[in-house]
Amino acid sequence: MNYFALSRRFGRSLVSPTLVGAFAVGALLAGGTASARAKTVLTLYSAQHPQVVGMLTKAFTAKTGIPVRVHSGEGPEIANQIVREGKRSPADVVFVENSPELTLLDQLHLLAPVAQATLAVVPATDSAANGDWLGVLERQNVLAWNPKLIRQAALPPHLRDLALPAWRGKIAIAPSDADFLPLVGAMIHAKGKAKTLAWLRGLKRNAKIYQDDESVVAAVNRGSVATGIINNYYWARLRTEMGPARTPSRIAHFAPQDVGNLINVSGAGVLASSKHKDAAQQFLAFLVSTVAQRDLAASTVDYEYPLRPGVAPNPLLDPMASLHPPAIAPVDLGNDRAAAALLQQAGLI
Amino acid sequence: MTKIPPQATRRPPVGLVLLGAVPAALVILPIAITVADAVTAGAARMLALVWRPLVGDLLINTVTLTLAAAICCVGLGTASALLVERTDLPARSVWAVLATAPLAVPAFVASYAWVSISPALEGFGGALVVTVFAYTPLVYLPVAAALRGLDPALEDAARALGDTPWRCVRRVVLPQLRPAMLGGALLVTLNIMVEFGAFALMRFRTFTTEIYAAYRSGFDGAEAAALAIILLLFCLGCIAAEALLRRPVHYARIGRGTQRRGVPYALGVWRLPAVLGFAALAGLSLGVPILTVLYWLTRHGADAITPAEASPLALLTAAISTIELGLGAAGLTLILALPLAVLSARWQRFSLTMPLERGAWLAQGVPGIVIALALITATIAAVPALYQSTLLLLLAYAMLFMPFALVAMRAALLQSDRRLEEAAKSLGAGWRRVLWRITLPLAAPGFGAAAALVFMAVTTELTATLLLAPIGTETLATRIWGDTSTLAFAAAAPYAAVLITLSMAASWLLARRFGMAALHAQAGG
Repeated sequence: MNYFALSRRFGRSLVSPTLVGAFAVGALLAGGTASARAKTVLTLYSAQHPQVVGMLTKAFTAKTGIPVRVHSGEGPEIANQIVREGKRSPADVVFVENSPELTLLDQLHLLAPVAQATLAVVPATDSAANGDWLGVLERQNVLAWNPKLIRQAALPPHLRDLALPAWRGKIAIAPSDADFLPLVGAMIHAKGKAKTLAWLRGLKRNAKIYQDDESVVAAVNRGSVATGIINNYYWARLRTEMGPARTPSRIAHFAPQDVGNLINVSGAGVLASSKHKDAAQQFLAFLVSTVAQRDLAASTVDYEYPLRPGVAPNPLLDPMASLHPPAIAPVDLGNDRAAAALLQQAGLI
Repeated sequence: MTKIPPQATRRPPVGLVLLGAVPAALVILPIAITVADAVTAGAARMLALVWRPLVGDLLINTVTLTLAAAICCVGLGTASALLVERTDLPARSVWAVLATAPLAVPAFVASYAWVSISPALEGFGGALVVTVFAYTPLVYLPVAAALRGLDPALEDAARALGDTPWRCVRRVVLPQLRPAMLGGALLVTLNIMVEFGAFALMRFRTFTTEIYAAYRSGFDGAEAAALAIILLLFCLGCIAAEALLRRPVHYARIGRGTQRRGVPYALGVWRLPAVLGFAALAGLSLGVPILTVLYWLTRHGADAITPAEASPLALLTAAISTIELGLGAAGLTLILALPLAVLSARWQRFSLTMPLERGAWLAQGVPGIVIALALITATIAAVPALYQSTLLLLLAYAMLFMPFALVAMRAALLQSDRRLEEAAKSLGAGWRRVLWRITLPLAAPGFGAAAALVFMAVTTELTATLLLAPIGTETLATRIWGDTSTLAFAAAAPYAAVLITLSMAASWLLARRFGMAALHAQAGG
């Protein structure tokens, strides 16, 4: 670098000394913003899509007068952050898209029990068995496919088929997306570690790797790759954005009860270390209230299935009865650690 | 009787030396934490983490991209420097500005522009396009400077002995430009190593993107440390190579004197192709990002994939946070850099001055993601009060951009006459009074420039901001990132427009006052 030339230029120049003063004032201003935290606010660590959380927190604050500040990140990142923060975590509520992250926190005794009245609102199988976290919404793993590149009849009946040599270059995955981990966890539960590792190695050979499900579904839609493993709501969101005319891609389910049809549960929990447990419980109750669940179902930003009975899902989604998920409960998925280790061993992350 | 013994100027006060060690310590800190993470994991685990398929993929990605980008950047940068400095290209001063202006467009914003035009650009091709157009100025600037410093006598001799212009350029001019070209190529390499946002948006996997992925997958200990150490070795290697290159190179010319400029080569029939080629380069490196942002500004923000509500208020809040953080970081960085700048300008021969300076320079080889993860680890474990605080983010900025402040502050101090300080001392003023009344006022313009450089760098910084911003703080950069990584290109456009405007305005002011070399320093991080 030509620092010599730079030095000469700087020496000769003239900038008003007030500039330095301005920067000093700026330093004070920036420092000042950090200290404005006296009022009681609920701190939410969220791995849900920010627009969904924005909608929910706004409605919650309007209803209760309790302001919510949101820290966003990927599910495993948020969970790991809370683990590291331990008892000092500033979080009151954790709201994530996949249950294994909550399982991890619960195993480390970082969650407080959810109020019974709130738990009673949703089916018991969709929340923690011990009542330490609450199921809020759910969605399904599906295969997005592009009819220009593949015939419907050629789609694989089973998730495990995608590791076969015939699928080389025809499948897209996002192994570093938080939504992929539960699928690996389900595979481990169904087939064991050795077979899951072999399957992942096959995927590594066959798959085009993307960073997240959004990119996978976009790649399938524009015809870069024939199929892609996604959660169903990414396709619905893409279709809403592009319109039916520009959405040639479709989604397909695997054979009934196949691991590939796994349902992922979005859930929330109250931190054991929270200093605002009442407000936190109120927030959880709000998440499964009729109002919130109806708003979520009606919105064009979420496209998950509401867990509160009687609230109909968005009409763009396939009816619940057609999903045929495998008999794998949230607790069977583990806490993501084993799944992540296998992904690493296979060279996918 | 008051006298100034020569020894007094050679041995600085102990307090100054201690404070002068702070910048170096700030650089060593994240490196030490990363190494400690690795050591905690144990040799066997580290070996397993380093010796795995992913690392091989990343090495291949990084090496192929670096080679391809360096070759393209050297070709384009040298060609444009030759055209501007040594030919009769029309409107050369305009081209000179256009050749450096891409530095004011952050690489991740350019990446956003390209990937929003066609997602087919994802991967190696897109990453190459973005890096070449973003980093060609890093070669152009040193090569143009070297061209200005060449002695035309050698060329005259070659021409007199019958060389054609082409042959003369090839045999006489280009060989003399080799150090500048190589230095530029190393800068391109270093920038590729530490870049995160541009590659993440292009879905191109490099060490920085996979360190981030490891963090997001809940692995931020050994896994991230293993990748970070490989990356650090690469970056520090680049720094060392660049430092070796920067040692004085002896040109044939003796004595400075008044320099004669070489006679410009006549382009002749190549005039039009040269203009068209240059226009294409400017169009691709500047026109594409700017026009794409303008295009997306006219589109509606799509509900379905827009992460957060886009509103004028959100835009204003993000712009204000960005400016506040920029000003705060500039203030903090200058304060932390001042003692070392004084030490290096006033006690150049003191035995510790050089090592402390070199230590601080290493900051250029420590990627933002490594600093951010190390600070998170350190504060959670040892200083919970600092965790998630604005101060911590400002500290990270200070670590990243200390070299900018140092180069400008040191130069300013060297320019202000130390005899005035000595006169003040001899008249009885204490060191505080001398600093306040003599040193600082004289150096103020250069300090202003230092602050402006840090400010610009902070406003366009993405990685550390993403990881360390206090809860609820959104900057222009994090907004663009959030929207673009979910393909909400229209929603990102207003933020990108404000960011580019801010960065362009600041660069223009800096370049007008301090010349293109100021931009050059800005690009060094």
